[in-house]
Amino acid sequence: MTAAICIEQVYKRFGSVHALNGVDLAIQPGEFFGLLGPNGAGKTTLISALAGLSRPDSGRLMIMGFDVEVDYREARRQLGVVPQELVFDPFFSVRETLEIQAGYYGIDPGRQRRAWIDEILENLDLTSKADANMRTLSGGMKRRVLVAQALVHRPPVIVLDEPTAGVDVELRQTLWQFVRRLNEDGHTIVLTTHYLEEAESLCGRIAMLKAGQVVALDTTRNLLSRFSSHTLRLRTASDKPAQLGMMQERITQENATHDCTSGWWTCAFAHFDEIEPMLARIRNAGCMIDELEIGKPDLEDVFIRVMQEQSHEQVRAA
Amino acid sequence: MNSLSIKPSRGFITLFYKEVLRFWKVAAQTVAAPVLTALLYLLIFSHVLASHVEVHGVPYTSFLVPGLVMMSVLQNAFANTSSSLIQSKVTGNLVFVLLPPISHSEFFSAYVLAAVARGLVVGAGVLVVTTWFGSLSYAAPLWILVFAMLGGAVMGTLGLIAGIWAEKYDQLAAFQNFLILPLTFLSGVFYSIASLPPFWQHVSRWNPVFYMIDGFRYGFFGVSDISPWMSFLVGLGCLLILSFITLSTLKRGYKLRA
Repeated sequence: MTAAICIEQVYKRFGSVHALNGVDLAIQPGEFFGLLGPNGAGKTTLISALAGLSRPDSGRLMIMGFDVEVDYREARRQLGVVPQELVFDPFFSVRETLEIQAGYYGIDPGRQRRAWIDEILENLDLTSKADANMRTLSGGMKRRVLVAQALVHRPPVIVLDEPTAGVDVELRQTLWQFVRRLNEDGHTIVLTTHYLEEAESLCGRIAMLKAGQVVALDTTRNLLSRFSSHTLRLRTASDKPAQLGMMQERITQENATHDCTSGWWTCAFAHFDEIEPMLARIRNAGCMIDELEIGKPDLEDVFIRVMQEQSHEQVRAA
Repeated sequence: MNSLSIKPSRGFITLFYKEVLRFWKVAAQTVAAPVLTALLYLLIFSHVLASHVEVHGVPYTSFLVPGLVMMSVLQNAFANTSSSLIQSKVTGNLVFVLLPPISHSEFFSAYVLAAVARGLVVGAGVLVVTTWFGSLSYAAPLWILVFAMLGGAVMGTLGLIAGIWAEKYDQLAAFQNFLILPLTFLSGVFYSIASLPPFWQHVSRWNPVFYMIDGFRYGFFGVSDISPWMSFLVGLGCLLILSFITLSTLKRGYKLRA
């Protein structure tokens, strides 16, 4: 099957900075794919190269089997990009903006085009603003129009470059609902975001970029189980030194950490049947548990672990 | 998934339409204002010089009108491409034109044709308003149209180069103030180069804008400093050279596709 996106050995330098340093990536049709990384990792440069907004120094990028350089017309028709910056053309209304954008992609004006634009406007809750000038819209509304512009030519592959940056909770919910539906309809979605909980709940597979390289690539589930674990967090009723010492002795076997300020102990565990023996040991030590909670594996932990590992490897290599 | 009907040439047509719509939406600024400026030039210069000067046997006010019309065509054609591009670059909305499957030659043609359209609209406006002040004959109307379009295309292309090159508004202003304004003002809009000393006559012949004004004026009066065919060839040569530079710049993505 032809990959929705295929990136082979892509390099891009800006002066002495390696923005992309040999990126290889394949995203299958219908995937909801997350592209994560700290600022300056190369996410936007990679998206720009994919969209033809910047040219890589070497390597090859393909969208639905079309080379972005050689078959650029077909490749660009397959791709819809929601840019990171809140950009708009102040001369036009929302509907004009969408009509013009559809025209750029060669879509004939007519009933079909009008109906599709109406559908997008309705789905993004923009119908009431269709004739409003872009300048008069709030930031959230402008963001919705950016999404609408990316969808106006019905691309099979949609790239969302930090679409919820500075967006209120309501719009986020509306947006994710809509994007989920697009994904269910067969669109391939590539998402970059700094909100890791969004990536965790939406993306089936995730690539993490650092210094222009893919440093982790796996399904979200595998990343979570490989780099993160469940945690048992508890706080004892007493903070007497003798009891604390006892806790220390009992619980250190569980690879626990203690936060002296808040008084919380945190122990990682892989399976739920490890909890009872852990609690039994604490009970036998005569410690009373005041509060207890179980934490799920978290993409934020994975992200921090992966980035730290890479930093250590770089130090070792140096 | 993709059931919308697609026509590849629609991208070019839409970009042209959008560029025309852009200046038309602010017509007070892009059309009415330059017409008023040209009218003021005419009122002042004709009031001061009309009774003293006659050029090629034509009264000065009548001589001045085609020059002002052509100057408006040229300056507005330049302004259309350059301001549109720099605005889109500075505000970031150029991305909407760069993402779709529009080729560099379609991009070039759409911008330049829209510049010609604005030049012609403003030129027609100036002609309509100033025609009350000077009696014009239309000796060779085809030449009028040819030079208006050629001049608009040359300056529209130059505006495109300026818009691609400039990263800030002040860089564009420098291009306009130090290149376009001297070229248009020293091109025989207000005078015939026959009235200049030989040295300045020689210098004027290196100014391509001179040929376009002179040829355009020939269309009205049937007299000119240079043969209209010569002016046409110079204008066409300039257009070809500038188009080649612009197209290769766009193809490389210079300052547009990093």
